[in-house]
Amino acid sequence: MTRLVNRRNVLKGTLGGAAVTVGLPFLDCFLNTNGTALAATGKELPVAFGTWYQGLGFDPGQWIPAKIGTGYTHKHQLRMLEPLKHKTTLISGMKYFMDGRPLETHTSGYQISSTGALRGGVVYGASLDQNVSDVIGKRTRFRSLEIAIGGGRRSFSKGVGATTNPAEPSPKGLYTRVFGPEFIDPNAADFKPDPMVMARQSVLSAVKDERMAMMQQVGAADRARLEQYFTSLRDIENQLSLEMQKPDPLPSCTQPDEAAAGNVGDSVVDAEQNGTIMGKLLAHAIACGQTRVINVVLNSNGLRKPGGTLSWHVLTHEEPVDDALGYQKEVGWFVEWANMRFYDFIKAMDDMKEGDGTVLDRIALLWQTDHGYARTHTMDDLATMIVGGAAGRIKTGMHIRAAGDPQTRVGLTLQQVMGVSMNSWGGGSNQTNKPMTELLA
Amino acid sequence: MISSLSSRLKQSATGVLVTLIAAGALSACSPGAQQQASTTTAAAPAELQAPSQLVMRRLTGEQYKNIITDIFGPTVDFGGRFEPDMRTDGLLAIGASHVGVTAAGMEQYDAMSRTIAAQIVDDKHRGMMLSCAPKDAKAADDACVRQIMTEVGALLYRRPLTGAELEAFVTAARLGTTETKDFYTGLSLSLASILSSPKFLFRHETATTARGEMRLDPYTTASRLSFFLWNSGPDAALMQAAAKGELNSPRGLNRQVDRMLASPRLESGVRAFFVDFLGFDEFDNVTKDTALFPKFSTQAAEDAQEQTLRTVVDVVLTNKSDYRDIFTTRKTFLTKELGAIYQVPVVSFLPNGSPDTWHPYQFTAEDNRAGIMTHMSFTALHSPSGRGSAVLRGKAVREVLLCQKVPAPPGDVSFDLINDTTNYRTARDRLAAHTREPMCAGCHKITDPLGLALENFDAAGAWRTTEGGVQLDTSGLVDGKKFAGPAELGAVIAAMPAATSCVTNRMLGYALGRAPARDQVTGLEKSFQASGYRIPALMKLIATSPSFTRVSPETAPTQTASVAN
Repeated sequence: MTRLVNRRNVLKGTLGGAAVTVGLPFLDCFLNTNGTALAATGKELPVAFGTWYQGLGFDPGQWIPAKIGTGYTHKHQLRMLEPLKHKTTLISGMKYFMDGRPLETHTSGYQISSTGALRGGVVYGASLDQNVSDVIGKRTRFRSLEIAIGGGRRSFSKGVGATTNPAEPSPKGLYTRVFGPEFIDPNAADFKPDPMVMARQSVLSAVKDERMAMMQQVGAADRARLEQYFTSLRDIENQLSLEMQKPDPLPSCTQPDEAAAGNVGDSVVDAEQNGTIMGKLLAHAIACGQTRVINVVLNSNGLRKPGGTLSWHVLTHEEPVDDALGYQKEVGWFVEWANMRFYDFIKAMDDMKEGDGTVLDRIALLWQTDHGYARTHTMDDLATMIVGGAAGRIKTGMHIRAAGDPQTRVGLTLQQVMGVSMNSWGGGSNQTNKPMTELLA
Repeated sequence: MISSLSSRLKQSATGVLVTLIAAGALSACSPGAQQQASTTTAAAPAELQAPSQLVMRRLTGEQYKNIITDIFGPTVDFGGRFEPDMRTDGLLAIGASHVGVTAAGMEQYDAMSRTIAAQIVDDKHRGMMLSCAPKDAKAADDACVRQIMTEVGALLYRRPLTGAELEAFVTAARLGTTETKDFYTGLSLSLASILSSPKFLFRHETATTARGEMRLDPYTTASRLSFFLWNSGPDAALMQAAAKGELNSPRGLNRQVDRMLASPRLESGVRAFFVDFLGFDEFDNVTKDTALFPKFSTQAAEDAQEQTLRTVVDVVLTNKSDYRDIFTTRKTFLTKELGAIYQVPVVSFLPNGSPDTWHPYQFTAEDNRAGIMTHMSFTALHSPSGRGSAVLRGKAVREVLLCQKVPAPPGDVSFDLINDTTNYRTARDRLAAHTREPMCAGCHKITDPLGLALENFDAAGAWRTTEGGVQLDTSGLVDGKKFAGPAELGAVIAAMPAATSCVTNRMLGYALGRAPARDQVTGLEKSFQASGYRIPALMKLIATSPSFTRVSPETAPTQTASVAN
């Protein structure tokens, strides 16, 4: 089935006025130009988006390849990414601009990389993944899924306002949320709408006006908070609506094994185990059409080796530089460990086959960090990576060397690639209207 | 457990809430109420005459649980997890005025609401929880639903439902019943819709105008009082007082505040304040390496919080003592798990074999512990998982207990010396570098002497006398006052003016949901001092002050709606 026919079918269904059962999101029909066809349905696989936040940067001299463009070789601290280098673009030399504002170490960089600007107050702008989710995530069961590897519930994903989307630190929690009793297997032979779901829809509809009346009784700031409530409520309504329809079959979707309750803490042993399981769960979630936007925080700051008195973060401050190596030895161990976890994660995406491609082929996963060199909290020479081809929309396999450009250029480019309507992104010196055209396929 | 609901509903069923609806509608526009509204409370300092802001606070997880437990009993299973709260201006109670509801949070509220509602109507509970039964359990019964929703809805919305609201829930139950062919399923879905409504999840405040002055409407006043003093929704007596307009007069307000301060539920309110004030929510992120600290456990961490809360309650409520005594008291309460950390033998059973979990304990001079700063809840909370931190502890004393802001360190600092445990065995030796470096000295002279005094406690809160084989020196000098070790540090802190102004600041911010103005705190603290620094007196001063009920017109929405509309 071609893209044109898909669109026609969708429009026909809409105009027909019947209960519109849209197997493939409306917008994707317009957006997908390079998607891989699936043998079973003939439909294009929709693009997906993700972020990976890993604090504490890399060590100078240990990661920037000598060669620019294609055919480069990863240096020491990124060598584990070699097997998937052809699906990765590494960008070195970008910068966060502070514009004279005081540096909030380990915070300012994340504010800029996630929202494009330094925070102006308690209430501030949406993160880029939520802008993307507004375009590609509205018709999936979850607009986005957030996880934290290494404990805590912090994420950098947020809508406009003060509230950050909480991350799920536990594999069992993630499994239950996505693949628990409310999961509908798209490949199941039988589909019978649950009367309880219909009843829940009716009840929500009956109390809608009663709830909305509150909007008229609050001031502007609180109205914005209520709008977030109602947006989240619409997500519930959307989930119910999806539960009433037989989903299109997705041949690559299989229900993963139930995840056990593991220790959620700051030990690297627990973090490695949990990260591996949750990476696979997210790959399944995308393959099963449950979400198209994922956000991962590798909670670098508190991570410790078992029995180690000092955490990775404390080590960046307190460990002397090893004269022979030229960098902090223990810190280097943590950097490599974390990069190995990132490799495990993208490998899980790449192991999830879909037709003649993989989940990794249709995602753009953006790797970002808080500092160039954590020991001195530098805000330049940042490492940034994009992994996955976004269903053929972006080029991979390159090393791009930027000359102190605002790091927000990457975020702007990816948001535009995902269909977000914006000409510029960011605030102050981090504002940019220059997408990285060299990334575009 | 159920008796709490049945007694409250019995009150409702006998007409209390019906009276509430009528009286509530009248109170806002009754001339008598208007006249009383402008009367000020004599005891309130001049600085607390200024109006506060209308705020919309999201219920904390604890408040949500307390409301459900108060109404439906303590055995209700919540089956969900609350969104993380946000700390603003030192308090989660102020952050609650800024947060919304995320998609993940909404899923949890939705799931919890259905879990709770299903328990209320199940075979086991419906007879006690519901005040009527349908004629046919397979068919809708609007009259019965209307009766139940009138009662339960008022308790959950903390005010009588409007006619439109009530009819929406009746319709919802009817539709749910029709779809599922089961009255109780339909009813539970309608009940769940109240529990996931923004009107339940947010404490929405509304105001009325009397003689040109805006003030909280009676039900909002009741809610503010109740969440401030009890950390839960209003009880029937408070709702009745609101319905009768009694909260508009200083006498009526005083009567209710006195009743609430005398209630055993005050302990819940005091505990909630100190959980927020002391930052115990951060315990969710506390882990310790069990290889290094084998006595630390999740249970010990929970007990540590409870130990401090029991100690605080003992000082400020049970003994009605000076607030500052929490920094010096040697009396505390221990469990077996805490005994292992504190090296104190604690037996979990009474001689007759019955379980006895908590034991009063008086720290001796040899224990070297006095005051909450020497508790595990402070020393372990403000330490990384593998090692204690004098800097973090010193910073916490300044920021948490004294409300003083410690600036963040500059970005490009080298900390090599601090980890040189070969040449510098103790934290004191390593941190001495701070005083030699002008870039560091400014801030570290504020934090380090306080934190070094607590170096006798390891990252899990256990006592130690040496580090790296070297005897620890935990004496020091802070703000011109000398101390010999951790037990004496508390007396130094207790004597600081910042200790009392800090708790005053936080208590006022906690009550109003906004950071208070400096002059408000100064004025209130004078009255607090006059009370002998008694916490219940401070709470009463705030609850009966004009600032508590007066509202600034700028913070009201363009159209202020009366709840009875």
